[in-house]
Amino acid sequence: MGRYVARRLIQFIPTILGTLFLLHLLSTMTIQIVGDPVRALFGENAPPQEVILQLQAQYGLDNPCLEQTGNPCIGMFFDRLGQYAQGDFGVDFRQQPVMDQFLHRMPITARMATIAIVFETVVGIILGMLAGLRKDKFADNFVRVSTTLLIAFPVFVFGSLALLFFGLKFGLFLRNSDWAPEWLGQMFQIGYNPEYPWLSLFLPGLVLGAFSLAAIARLTRTSLIENLRSDYVRTAKAKGLTTRRTIGIHTLRNSLIPVVTYIGIDVGFLLGGSIVTEAIFNAPGVGLWTFQAIGRNDTTIIIGVVTILSIVFLVANLLVDILYASLDPRIRYE
Amino acid sequence: MSDLSAAQAATAGEPGAAVEGASGSTRSLWGDVRYELSRSPVFWVSGVLVLVILLMAFFPQLFASTSPNSRGACPLQQARVAPTWEHPFGYTSAGCDMWASLVWGTGKSVILAVLVVAGIVIIGVVTGTAAGWFGGFTDTIVSRITDIFFGLPFILGAIVFLAIFPTRNIWTISLVLTIFGWTSMTRVMRGSVIATKQRDFVDAARALGATDLFIIRKHILANSIAPVIVLATIALGSIISAEATLTVLGVGYQRPTVSWGLLVADGQNLALAGFWHLLVYPCAFIVVTVLAFIMLGDVLRDALDPRSR
Amino acid sequence: MTDTKPDVTAGPAKSPLRNVAFDPSAPLLEVEDLAVEFHTRDGVARAVNGVSFSLSEGETLGILGESGCGKSVTAQAIMGILDTPPARIAGGEVRYRGVDLLSMDEKLRRHVRANKIAMIFQDALSSLNPVFTVGWQLAESFRVHQGADRKQAKQRAVEMLDLVGIPAAKNRVDDFPHQFSGGMRQRVMIAMALSLKPDVIIADEPTTALDVTVQAQVMQLLADLQQEMRLGLILITHDMGVVADVADKICVMYAGNAVEQADVYQTYESPAHPYTRALLESIPRVDQKGQELTVIKGLPPALVNPPPGCLFHPRCTFARDRCKVEAPPLYPVPGGRASACHYWEEVMAK
Repeated sequence: MGRYVARRLIQFIPTILGTLFLLHLLSTMTIQIVGDPVRALFGENAPPQEVILQLQAQYGLDNPCLEQTGNPCIGMFFDRLGQYAQGDFGVDFRQQPVMDQFLHRMPITARMATIAIVFETVVGIILGMLAGLRKDKFADNFVRVSTTLLIAFPVFVFGSLALLFFGLKFGLFLRNSDWAPEWLGQMFQIGYNPEYPWLSLFLPGLVLGAFSLAAIARLTRTSLIENLRSDYVRTAKAKGLTTRRTIGIHTLRNSLIPVVTYIGIDVGFLLGGSIVTEAIFNAPGVGLWTFQAIGRNDTTIIIGVVTILSIVFLVANLLVDILYASLDPRIRYE
Repeated sequence: MSDLSAAQAATAGEPGAAVEGASGSTRSLWGDVRYELSRSPVFWVSGVLVLVILLMAFFPQLFASTSPNSRGACPLQQARVAPTWEHPFGYTSAGCDMWASLVWGTGKSVILAVLVVAGIVIIGVVTGTAAGWFGGFTDTIVSRITDIFFGLPFILGAIVFLAIFPTRNIWTISLVLTIFGWTSMTRVMRGSVIATKQRDFVDAARALGATDLFIIRKHILANSIAPVIVLATIALGSIISAEATLTVLGVGYQRPTVSWGLLVADGQNLALAGFWHLLVYPCAFIVVTVLAFIMLGDVLRDALDPRSR
Repeated sequence: MTDTKPDVTAGPAKSPLRNVAFDPSAPLLEVEDLAVEFHTRDGVARAVNGVSFSLSEGETLGILGESGCGKSVTAQAIMGILDTPPARIAGGEVRYRGVDLLSMDEKLRRHVRANKIAMIFQDALSSLNPVFTVGWQLAESFRVHQGADRKQAKQRAVEMLDLVGIPAAKNRVDDFPHQFSGGMRQRVMIAMALSLKPDVIIADEPTTALDVTVQAQVMQLLADLQQEMRLGLILITHDMGVVADVADKICVMYAGNAVEQADVYQTYESPAHPYTRALLESIPRVDQKGQELTVIKGLPPALVNPPPGCLFHPRCTFARDRCKVEAPPLYPVPGGRASACHYWEEVMAK
């Protein structure tokens, strides 16, 4: 196991460097093709050259390689890496450091993501197991139909409708009624309420996790059905084990393995989905901030946030891989 | 089955080759698939739906005579008008007929998805086959590159690119989605090729002196393609969903293009003010379209699953 | 193998089977007229059609037949591990020491498995759970059926591994199935089957997936253990060479029917059924150089709506008109044998 962890760590470094380089390449190539965002900021009214040069220097956009299309700007890349190592992800167009703002807003997004992950794994696995064990019966068909529907809803559709019906209509009804306790009303809040940092993020958390819940339920179901048909289940039966033990211990462990892998990918969905969800529910986390930056064309924020989030994503996947290896011993020796 | 016919079946290797089973009836692999599919109501419903949607995408005139882009089609005084019996879908915030806007917007989303899926299938099949078949160094390179792209979550990567790039039309958006979408197809194809490579008929073909290219063309591709077909169908649905998300975020299609995503974006702002039809109808179109593709992909996956035979 | 048999099981005094009226004088295992059907979308397939045989202590019965003849289904029906939606026991009895297992309560039947009758499967890699250690899976039998605690159970697991000849058992007990070679894995399966000291072992093609030298070792192990522990062994295979070595008596199956039953010498010297004869003739022989291999022409019949008459007649060299209409019963043949052929005398005479 230790050797596997070491191997994964060694693999991790070139991968993360590669991804950061890819990001760097994307942004520099686009700037080379399109022209520099600083000038674009001012639009028609071009300020004097010195101002432009000064701003470019501030945002790290003054490198001459940016004039030549196709230049991979390696030097600039290493400069950037150095900055990242020191926690410097640039400053936005209002002179605020990206990292500071990120840290300030991160707790809200983190809370929302936690609610989403807990919700989707617990409910998803339970539904998937229910469907797998009662294959082709009512419970199975119900789960299959409802998860297919859930997957077809893009996050923003689900979010908008949830906001409208649960947040506004139902939530308002709850908050205005006399008998509903305060916390219940806050759960269906339509905005972030700092007095209830967890409860008011309940609805957006659910919305964020809805798609993944469906995916996890289906994955668990398929995996369970496949494992129930496998030879080692036959051996377990031949050993005189109870059905409960055969399913609960022998199949469960094998069935959860693909789910663990999925959760790694899921972190990516959650990061992207949080932008939409926070925008809809007006939760002042990293997502909303990114959304507003898109609207303002504040490229430094966008690039900075995406860089940080990619690093988070890769680290999360590393942890998931290690967890996976602890569950499936065959992987450790590959 | 006697040894001789088993050997014959082994060297044939093509999915179209008929294998005479113990029951005496002849059914090839694809014949079995056709049989199973034709008995599935989900297949027919989703298949017909998909055909209608594709028709709507390429020939919107068949479904709504006046394009909202044509002159005078959108009288401003009709803006946001709620549904009535004559116009059961109401009017958009720009004053255009909602039904016509949705119909003419189909192409933007669906044709884009077709372009993207075509792109990722081509890239995926080529790189996946190369990585799976040749293994070794080729595989390492392809896998590393896939890992690197994989490290950039889909939506985030697309946002970076599109936020900086000013032109956002069907070509640029397709390009971006292709760049960030090919990795999943490559992985699937690679896995499938590796599994197929180990089957006996490949060894048999090699023993008969076939070249690599011949084996790939004749045996590997057809036998590995099933998961790609499934993923491609489902991807059509998820690309439509992704494009709509990007448009709603502001980095996809821009106004005044008639697109589902923009209609939803308008609807989001105004629905809270009571114009619920502005939100619900575009959402419904998106959901039904994505659902059709996903259901079709599901049914195909069940039919093509080798384990259920 | 080993001189002293290690006492690997003590067992609790109170077994759930203590109240079942087993008859120690009755044969170890008796299968009578067993019939199993499968309900498929094309119709009902009769996978096992009235098979009978018996097994005594220390005896080895070889069930011989090609793929799809119903031998595995018979074994699984005896164990009671068939998936009962598509499968259905359509008739017959399976008596262990006089008590019919098919009509036994499932809770009791569960205890018969592994404790009295155990099974070994063909592909040890897929038959063992890949995510648990070999030691854990072995110990499970002791923990579940005998209430042993972890330490005891693990110790017994090591003893079992030793018994089947796994070198350095103490170290290997914490290894996973994929870390063993094919032959070693099959030994693990044998160890697992023998853990609770059953009386009957059913080995379903135990060596088919192994290469020849390993095959011989594993079969030798099985034979030795059987002798030591006085087990009844049912060996299911399509390999006539393996059967000739190990079996005392043979039951040949074809398309769900038992077509010949005899002791091993009788079967090989003078087969009484055309199918057995054809099987023997198709074995490649080292002393017959330069001749074409004999094959059995044709394919096995459909098990759904089978044609009337003898199921083998389309492929049979002895077939007459009578064979096309009248399905032959199991005729008794002198010498304690049986053959399901109208013309068995002719077959034997040849």
